[in-house]
Amino acid sequence: MSGSNPLTVPECPTIPSLLKEVRTGNMRAISRAISLLETNGPERKALLEGVEPFSGHAPIIGITGYPGAGKSTVIDQLITAYRSQGKKVGVLAVDISSSLTGGAILGDRIRMQHHSLDERVYIRSMGTRGHRGGLSMATRDAIHVLDAAGYDVVLVETIGMGQEEGEIARIAQTVVDVVAPGLGDDVQAMKAGILEVAHIVVVNKADHAGAHETLQSLREWVPEVLLATATTGEGIPSLVEAITRHQQSLEVEAPISG
Amino acid sequence: MTTATTPIRVLIGKVGLDGHDRGVKLVARALRDSGVEVIYTGLHQTPEQVVNIAIQEDVNAIGLSIHSGAHTSLFPRVLELLKTHHAEDIAVFGGGIIPSDDVGPLMETGVRALFPPGTSMSRIVEFVKGLPR
Ligand code: B12
Ligand SMILES: Nc1nc2c(ncn2[C@@H]2O[C@H](COP(=O)(O)OP(=O)(O)OP(=O)(O)O)[C@@H](O)[C@H]2O)c(=O)[nH]1
Ligand SMILES: [Mg+2]
Repeated sequence: MSGSNPLTVPECPTIPSLLKEVRTGNMRAISRAISLLETNGPERKALLEGVEPFSGHAPIIGITGYPGAGKSTVIDQLITAYRSQGKKVGVLAVDISSSLTGGAILGDRIRMQHHSLDERVYIRSMGTRGHRGGLSMATRDAIHVLDAAGYDVVLVETIGMGQEEGEIARIAQTVVDVVAPGLGDDVQAMKAGILEVAHIVVVNKADHAGAHETLQSLREWVPEVLLATATTGEGIPSLVEAITRHQQSLEVEAPISG
Repeated sequence: MTTATTPIRVLIGKVGLDGHDRGVKLVARALRDSGVEVIYTGLHQTPEQVVNIAIQEDVNAIGLSIHSGAHTSLFPRVLELLKTHHAEDIAVFGGGIIPSDDVGPLMETGVRALFPPGTSMSRIVEFVKGLPR
């Protein structure tokens, strides 16, 4: 089975052979490439030059929102939705690294476990490794790798720290902000800098009290707000539609060439 | 070139059906506190899931916790799957309830280390830090 095995890669590949394997969608090669980009060593330039020409096709969807709001659970549901459309889905889930030790517990994928046996889903956890802005230094590079490897959509989960999260807006075309009920009053919603960059706000945990109130107060501030219960999948079809609408509105503004 | 500041990445999780997760959480935290990037999978993983995750996450090692008595089949299965994927370079180690009679045979199949109840976290951390990169 080795020839067709999507996970197989030679032990110590050269950059050109690694790139070739990445382009065929070989998961081990993709993983190695991302690790090399994360270490930011001398291979980075050649790797990026190798993937960038093949990248630029996949929609990049950023998922942000405060810790525990339900970002990973929403992503789990989005994976299911995109898989049912036959798409290959890439996920980059960023968690914060300890500033003291550099260590991290990367646990977002626990919420996405149904997909760990799906050959057409790739999930990668990344520590911030001291980078500020809600993502890791190599997140953008890793998106290029997944895009070049043929993933049809890339979902990026930020660390979820509010004001510090500007970077996702520069990397993703569509930013989804996941909030939980009880965010507070309008002023807090307005102050929560992250809403500025969000194209779509999801009031998650609609099974909890106060979800409708939160929805109402947010309606005044953001164009697209919807309710969801990520644990059951309720509201996810509307979210998928909202993302598609937003993507389409971008195409009208700036048609993707080629 | 891998710089000295690049953290070791280790998958930590429980395979099989038991829910004894105190030990594995202690290990995950101790490794985090020593500068390791821990990909924590939680409970009830199958060997197939563990190996797929290990490959997607490009980990240096897989640390498994087993208290169900199924260690004699689960560890060899993980090693076998790593071999099928040409990923034998990923080290496998673990802990939990592993009777001492089973330790030797498991080490022979390729498990690098097994840590019994009562092992200090510093020993486990030292082992992980000593793994080849
Ligand atoms: C606490 C406990 C429970 C708690 C678990 C709570 C929890 N969330 O963890 C509860 C009450 C739920 C429970 C239930 C059961 N338990 Co119980 N439980 C124990 C007990 C008393 C202590 C386990 C513990 O937490 N130890 C503390 C931690 C820190 O130690 P540890 O897990 O061993 O971890 C250390 C090492 O093993 C190692 N380690 C562990 N994991 C890993 C992973 C890595 C990567 C590394 C490097 C090291 C490592 O490092 C740790 C530090 O030293 C043990 C007896 C014992 N003395 O071990 C029985 C024991 C594990 N349980 C047992 C059994 C049978 C059960 C039940 C089936 C009982 C029943 N009939 O219902 C159920 C099963 C429940 C389930 N779903 O799995 C048996 C297992 C027998 C076997 N495998 O041969 C034991 C050994 C008791 C016995 N002597 O019979 N249990
Ligand atoms: N009741 C309820 N619980 C939910 C819902 N969505 C997520 N949760 C739970 O909320 C907790 C956090 O969910 P995650 O998806 O991990 O949230 P997150 O925003 O990714 O969290 P961090 O990555 O730690 O910031 C988990 O226990 C989920 O099961 C929901 O719609 N309803
Ligand atoms: Mg998360």
